Amino acid sequence: MIIGIDMGGTNIDGVAIHDGSLIKTVKHPVDRENYFFSIWHCLEELLQNIDPQNINRINLSTTICTNAIVENNISEVGVILQTGPGLKWVFEDLGSYLAYLSGSVDHRGIVVRDLDMKELAEIKENFSQNPIEALAIVNKFSTRNPEFEQRIHDFFKSDYEEITMGHQLSGKLNFPRRVQTAYLNAAVASTFRNFTNHMLEALAQKGITAPIYILKADGGTIDLKGALNKPVETILSGPAASFMGMRALFDDAQTDRCLIDIGGTTTDIFFLVDGTPVFEPTGIEIDRRKTLVRAIYSVSIGLGGDSHVRIEENTIKIGPKRLDAAVAFGGKHLTPTDALVYLGKMTGQYPDKSKDKLKEMAQEIGLEPKALALKIVSMVGQKIKETIEEILDQLNANPVYTIEKLLQDRRIKPQAVEMIGGPAQALAPYLEESLELPVFYPERYEVANAIGAALAKPTVEINMIADTERKILSVPELEIYEKIGKDYNLDKAQDYALELVSKAGTTLGLPQDQIEAEIVEASSFNMVQGYYGVDKNIRVKAQIKPGLLTKLKKEASSHES
Amino acid sequence: MKAKNTLGLILFPAFDWAISPTHPEREERLLYTQDQILEEGIEDIDGIHFFNPGIATTKDINRVHFCYPDPETLLTESHFIAAGGMKRAFDAVLGGETDKSFALVRPPGHHAQRVVYGDRGFCIINIEAVGLEYARKKYGDRRVTIVDTDCHHGDGTEDIYWNDPDTLFISFHQDGRTLYPGTGYMEELGGPGAYGYNINIPLPPNTGDEGFQYVLENTVMPILEDFQPDLIINSAGQDNHYTDPLTNMNFSAQGYAALNHRLNPDIAVLEGGYSIQGALPYVNTGIVLAMAGLDYSGVYEPDYHLGKWKQTDRVTSQVQDIARRVLENWKNKEALAEKKFKGKKTVQRQRQVYYDTAGIMEGQIQEFKVCPDCPGVNMVHSKNDRGAQILGITIPRNACAACEKEGYHIFEDKSSSSKQKKYLQDLLNDRYLTSSD
Repeated sequence: MIIGIDMGGTNIDGVAIHDGSLIKTVKHPVDRENYFFSIWHCLEELLQNIDPQNINRINLSTTICTNAIVENNISEVGVILQTGPGLKWVFEDLGSYLAYLSGSVDHRGIVVRDLDMKELAEIKENFSQNPIEALAIVNKFSTRNPEFEQRIHDFFKSDYEEITMGHQLSGKLNFPRRVQTAYLNAAVASTFRNFTNHMLEALAQKGITAPIYILKADGGTIDLKGALNKPVETILSGPAASFMGMRALFDDAQTDRCLIDIGGTTTDIFFLVDGTPVFEPTGIEIDRRKTLVRAIYSVSIGLGGDSHVRIEENTIKIGPKRLDAAVAFGGKHLTPTDALVYLGKMTGQYPDKSKDKLKEMAQEIGLEPKALALKIVSMVGQKIKETIEEILDQLNANPVYTIEKLLQDRRIKPQAVEMIGGPAQALAPYLEESLELPVFYPERYEVANAIGAALAKPTVEINMIADTERKILSVPELEIYEKIGKDYNLDKAQDYALELVSKAGTTLGLPQDQIEAEIVEASSFNMVQGYYGVDKNIRVKAQIKPGLLTKLKKEASSHES
Repeated sequence: MKAKNTLGLILFPAFDWAISPTHPEREERLLYTQDQILEEGIEDIDGIHFFNPGIATTKDINRVHFCYPDPETLLTESHFIAAGGMKRAFDAVLGGETDKSFALVRPPGHHAQRVVYGDRGFCIINIEAVGLEYARKKYGDRRVTIVDTDCHHGDGTEDIYWNDPDTLFISFHQDGRTLYPGTGYMEELGGPGAYGYNINIPLPPNTGDEGFQYVLENTVMPILEDFQPDLIINSAGQDNHYTDPLTNMNFSAQGYAALNHRLNPDIAVLEGGYSIQGALPYVNTGIVLAMAGLDYSGVYEPDYHLGKWKQTDRVTSQVQDIARRVLENWKNKEALAEKKFKGKKTVQRQRQVYYDTAGIMEGQIQEFKVCPDCPGVNMVHSKNDRGAQILGITIPRNACAACEKEGYHIFEDKSSSSKQKKYLQDLLNDRYLTSSD
């Protein structure tokens, strides 16, 4: 049995799934004063009458770290940067304890100038006089050679419990993002550790020993040990939960699709290309900070079933704000939901009040009520359509670096739309008209996010470089920096990358038949230097891509409107 | 971080194309440049946008070149894309998307002349000229200055704009007596329609940052002040760098960035530069930052330290002398033209062109009509050592009616040898014809 819990901004949802069937669901409001209690309350209710021994895993999508960051409830971090030559980024938002070191490595990881231990000792002395709780250590090009970060770490390790080194967080290049990511990781480390300890304690009391996995923004999960090292990976997993929930609720399609989660306040939009999720090119942004945290590409717009509909200067406006519930559900302001109620597509608690409110506005703007209701609904469809077009323009212009890719000119062209959320079913026929695409919606969607969290399987991504001139193979994500021979080649690198990814999958508890390791990119460059012959610079990116532990059994299949 | 000037960056390293596996123009060339640009977080600077290149058409190529036997046979996809990258750079700026643009594309183009039998100096087509002529057709004619800061003489660009008074070509390079392609002397001033508008600045080996700075400040900037171009293009070859394996100059990343900053070009394009680890990552980052109006003072090479690459006094005085003479030529260009072309109806120029990469020798005679009303119709009679013979006729963009008519007359004349392939490049009407089609 799998337990899945999704903690959102307002509600916390939980599901118990056995053999692909939904056994139990719960839904509670989140207690903002005590996030742990919210989760625990939900878990307790789910586990009533369930034998702890039957639980195989607990998958959590939590906002613990996200909330700590946006509410600025974070540790004091001492940040040590070795910026090397290059662009002078100004880091103003890294707390009060920022220290710069001389020394650098270049783009291949070759040491240009050594660490200055005297400088380091001065920083140590200075930091010791301040209330610093955690450290973040980041060097330019540290993924190519982590030696300095490690040496600085060793120099401080007896003084601080939480030390984050930049190269551990991602194999991707982007120094300013590595700095932000390492800072955030250090800043939330103790919050996440406390949460974990509470959780483990409480579970132990119940006699539950099942492993815990945490959902990441890329739609995969990470085990607790991994999450304790890289708590920043757990931020912004909400959209990923919703995305994975949709993957579980809809049929597999190896085509391009647009996924829409329409809620009361906002609508989230995602894409599949040949059935594979589209990711953020570099990493996700949180609290105006750009990070290297891998994430499913999603765009959120201020448009939902409860968006405020009003007349401004004789034109109808919708959103981006939600003032309260729809009139049909006890609110005071007209919403798209009320338009759907008027059109007979939804039933509210107060349909008469809702219809009166709509008629009132219709009179004000000089339209027949039905015409107004249709106009509102079609405006919602139009806004979604425009947003999708804008996103696609942007995604289709993402840079490519090879002639093959450029000539291929693979553009994302959705063949269908999958939609969940309160107004999904009622809105589907209208959206179908606006988008000129088939729109599918599932039988039940209320706990889609918890289902997504429950069924998400672990993911791993690695960025390998093998440099036969330096005779070093590196995989920053796995802390691998190994010797290789002159004769190392692309085939060997690809085999090894797959082996490493599979092994990481096994460690994360994935059964062999579920690992599905794959090479994402692989290239080998001839390096010619002077007269010393030809060496190779080999680059391989491999992953276990996001997927489902099991497909949800259909109580009833999804519908096309 | 926010760029002061918005910048369109066309970074297309063509990771799947090489002239040959160990040729300097190979897949690896922009690998470390891309690494550096990624690691610096350039993609996250507000106002810097990354664009994919377009793909040039054969018509775009024919606007500039007489390709023998034809563009499809000579060019690979990478050439169409590099030229397409240049088109994208012009679209970004002239279409109003960004203030400036930089095409970091390969292979380069500045050795490709009007007649093309194959690869010269790693270039087959002149991508900046292809981009510029495309832009002139699309956005209207403009007065343009091309400043070529590659270490090799930009002999291809010189040839293409030899007789075009609206395209001022200025080439900085290591003296042709010491380096490929062996041309680029101060006396090469242009054809009768544009005498003085081709400016060569041959610099002695071991010229350093201060030498380039001196010439820019004392010669190039005053000339630009006079010429008042609508658009400035920097052919930003990077082989003047002190680490370049093919040349003997002492220019640094700081020097390149400072030059770009002072020159303030609208569009830059990568040319040569084959110190792919020690120079390109830093020079390109420096140019990107300079174009975006950002602080580039932190960009320097691992082995750079002030003083090490300081030029000698002897080089300094040579550079100063050259700078002075180049400026004098510019100031006296009308008088010099009068002396050279007075009373002549046509001007002939005979040349030999060697295609080092392709191993082809070409002999050509160019013939320029001296016309009082326009730059004049002109022709190139060319033969190569593999038996090809061509006649290329160019009707300039702003040709007078008489020159236009004469161009067609020569093209349609049936008396010439049947072995000869004829090309008509009618830039006035944007029509491109060949005889054997």
